[in-house]
Amino acid sequence: MSDATTRSSPAAPSGAAGPRHAPGRALTSRPAAALGAVLVVLGALASLFVGAASLTPADLLAVRSLDDRAVELLLVSRGPRLLALLLAGSAMSVAGLLMMHLTRNRFVSPATAGTVEWAQLGLVVATVFLGASSVVGRMLVAVVAALLGTWLFLRLLRRLVLADALLVPLVGLMLGAVVSGVATGIAYQADLLQVMSAWTAGDASGIIAGRFELLWLVVGALVVAWWQADRFTIAGLGEGASVSLGVDHGAVVRLGLVVVAVVTAVVVVVVGAIPFLSLVVPNVVTLVVGDDIRRALPVTAVVGAAFVLLCDVVGRLLIHPYEIPVGTVAGVAGGAIFVVVLLRLRRGATA
Amino acid sequence: MTTTPVRPEAEVALAPSAAERRATARRWRVVLVLSVLLLAGAAVLTLAGIRGDLAFVLELRGRRLAALVVAGVAVGVSTVLFQTVTANRILTPGIMGFDNLYVLVQTVAVAYLGATAVVTADVRVRFAVEVVVLMGFALLLHALVMRRAAGRGDVLVLVLVGVVLGSMFTSATLLASRVIDPNDALTLQDLLFASFGSPDRQLLPVAAAVVAAGTVLALRRAAVLDVIALGREPAVGLGVDHAREMRRAFLLVAVLVAVSTALVGPLTFLGLLAANVARELLATHRHRWTLPTACLVAVLALVLAQLVLERLLGWGTAVAVVIDVVGGLYLLLLLVRQGRPTSRGTLL
Amino acid sequence: MISARGVCAAHEGGARVLHDVDVDVRPGAVTALIGPNGAGKSTLLAVMARLLEPQEGVVLLDGQDVRAQKGEHVARRMAVLRQDTHLAVRLSVRELVMLGRFPHTGGRPTPHDRRLAQEAIEEVALAELADRRLDQLSGGQRQRAHLAMALCQVAGADVSAAPDGGPRDGEHLLLDEPLAALDVKHSVAIMRLLRRRAAERGASVVVVVHDIGFAAAHADHVVAMREGRVVADGPTADVMTAAVLSDLYDTEVEVHDLGGRRLVAYHG
Repeated sequence: MSDATTRSSPAAPSGAAGPRHAPGRALTSRPAAALGAVLVVLGALASLFVGAASLTPADLLAVRSLDDRAVELLLVSRGPRLLALLLAGSAMSVAGLLMMHLTRNRFVSPATAGTVEWAQLGLVVATVFLGASSVVGRMLVAVVAALLGTWLFLRLLRRLVLADALLVPLVGLMLGAVVSGVATGIAYQADLLQVMSAWTAGDASGIIAGRFELLWLVVGALVVAWWQADRFTIAGLGEGASVSLGVDHGAVVRLGLVVVAVVTAVVVVVVGAIPFLSLVVPNVVTLVVGDDIRRALPVTAVVGAAFVLLCDVVGRLLIHPYEIPVGTVAGVAGGAIFVVVLLRLRRGATA
Repeated sequence: MTTTPVRPEAEVALAPSAAERRATARRWRVVLVLSVLLLAGAAVLTLAGIRGDLAFVLELRGRRLAALVVAGVAVGVSTVLFQTVTANRILTPGIMGFDNLYVLVQTVAVAYLGATAVVTADVRVRFAVEVVVLMGFALLLHALVMRRAAGRGDVLVLVLVGVVLGSMFTSATLLASRVIDPNDALTLQDLLFASFGSPDRQLLPVAAAVVAAGTVLALRRAAVLDVIALGREPAVGLGVDHAREMRRAFLLVAVLVAVSTALVGPLTFLGLLAANVARELLATHRHRWTLPTACLVAVLALVLAQLVLERLLGWGTAVAVVIDVVGGLYLLLLLVRQGRPTSRGTLL
Repeated sequence: MISARGVCAAHEGGARVLHDVDVDVRPGAVTALIGPNGAGKSTLLAVMARLLEPQEGVVLLDGQDVRAQKGEHVARRMAVLRQDTHLAVRLSVRELVMLGRFPHTGGRPTPHDRRLAQEAIEEVALAELADRRLDQLSGGQRQRAHLAMALCQVAGADVSAAPDGGPRDGEHLLLDEPLAALDVKHSVAIMRLLRRRAAERGASVVVVVHDIGFAAAHADHVVAMREGRVVADGPTADVMTAAVLSDLYDTEVEVHDLGGRRLVAYHG
């Protein structure tokens, strides 16, 4: 508990926290990215051709006109679902990567900073109190709520002198649990628990053409993240380093917050929360390729997309012809991976 | 510091210093005021607006009050213990997956045995199963993180692993609930959203006995817990078997959480409130004071919440939500206040 | 008497920090542990205090393996003060020092224990602050409060069992940099206090000291460590020589004798 070796001040993160910039061996992102890309392609093919209604590549080859049932299935259901999963998986993973740098803590992501819960609270409030009936209106409220909540968390972190890097995500989880409790309470009173469960448990089975297009917004967020990648990396080195390198730390943090909030809110609205995705993928990826965002971002996006696709396909195969929601599969798989990563990181840090 | 004053033994039989006496008197006053408030609240809750079949109403209200007391004491003791072994004032055992596991056990039982089998089973058997599963989880977690490092593993990893496993339990619950018959699902809802409405006649005495035993155990170890709160090295230096005491405390926490959850459902943030308000009022970390006072505060909070929300505002279901909100605001306050440089590290 | 025999130790999952260390801590004397950073001084202290399990070797307390003895029996005669005196709980100085009596009382202190605590508090000159909370004190005051706790813990250890005429063996104090946060006045006072404990009550005192000047002036024995091994062990006069110290720290060190007192100086 008071083991000096495991303690660190936020100004000097321990091995468990600070970005990994000086790896002992040369890091290359190519094999990882290639592997991720192969997985994405395999997952995409599986995603297209696995499901309750039968669709085979042969069906597509046999297509003679655009009115064919196979084409309709592809354009209305399977295609949108694949796109939604790809976008959600890569965007949430990148949001996690950004949060890790903004807070300089490996265990902070939208999942552990309360961002997801704030977005859910925003959705509930928009539905119950503001009477927002359009998806866009609800999403805007959710973005604002996510932004507000995450900003609050970051403000709090600046004030806190935490004895241990692990306390940061724990504080975030506690606050997230409170926010989630409030949201559940409101939903319960307004008889909206059913509706709310769609936002809490990521489920791609309801995604059809016309109900996922909002997700294209995250492409914009990803482009911003890529465009400003070096600034985010520098912000991850800390305020002092940012100033000496001529980067406006505050502005970068604000920009990062907006990206994270938009991505989280949009994904929660369209797909629902996918537990651990934003925590596990960046941690695993940076373990291999290092923390430079320019290098890690594409790999993170690809691996995140592959992870979600695989979870979705597994969920569709396990109790075929029924489905296990992608959020559930990701929750179990991601949780297991995270425990392993956590124990490994921690051992490395105390050594 | 140069010479040790040598004084005759009689002269320094050492009555407590004036400051100590003042502090003790203040603590007794706090306990007294809380007790009086609690008695008054309990009296109003039991007797106000009573009409109809007197014996029946009194029996029901008495049972409700007893459930409040049992749950409050369980939450108070378990949170103080949990915060001591984790050396942390902002955590509650609720976040460590205990609640989620409870929900999972119920769901799996309904999914595989059917709602009828679960509901008609002896409530004490059900309770025993829940307690055993939760204790098993506590032991497993402890073994997973602490044992491998000969007791030197770090508690925060333990907590975080607990949180993650809890989230996995929730995912598994969702999965199990997919195969549940819609009729059974309604029964399950009732099982999971147990409240203070009408606590089970058979369960209440069992729960009360378990909580009483757990509280006595904790109080008897109050001095050891004071030592544990210093951290591992000071505790070992003082000859305490740190690993064993930690394991015991975890088990006790698991039992108490199981009892209160089985009786009234999850109360995640009540403990946070109770343990910290108690310490704040008493200005001490000594367990012989904080354990009973945290229980008083928890029960009082539950009684007041019932009075205000149920009687005055007529919001039957909102108790847990209001406690969440108040607990959350209090958590924020704690965090912000501890951020002041002067009190560095005293809270977390 | 505390003896380390063939002790090898490592921090959890890390490389070995102690290699086959043999040390005897004599009763009735102050033994200083010196050496450059990373020499393994604190680790050796932690192994002696059974806070860290050695990979190989054994620590004997009065001839018996310290890990085989009951925890509270050891705690009654051996107290350890670590560098990190940070606490998660709010306690007053008196409450902290009284916790030092825990191995004797199991939490039910008698007036005798209260008197010992009061004495310990007075010995470190904190009587004025006895009822103040630790988090309201300065770093140096806090360190003295923890020292008082250690003194109180072993006070009244059974010294009657000492063999005829020989140095009595009861109190063992293992102190990791007890002077780190103290000014010169308090450092000197604490070192004098420890010497008095050793001389009058036969205490075995081990102190990790960074300031070799203090070690030279106040220790009876010096154990010099480097890279996890003991490189010199003996009476202060034998170890605190220019040759040994210069070699130990890779820095040119001079030792001057000023009328029986050693003065250590190093070149820039």
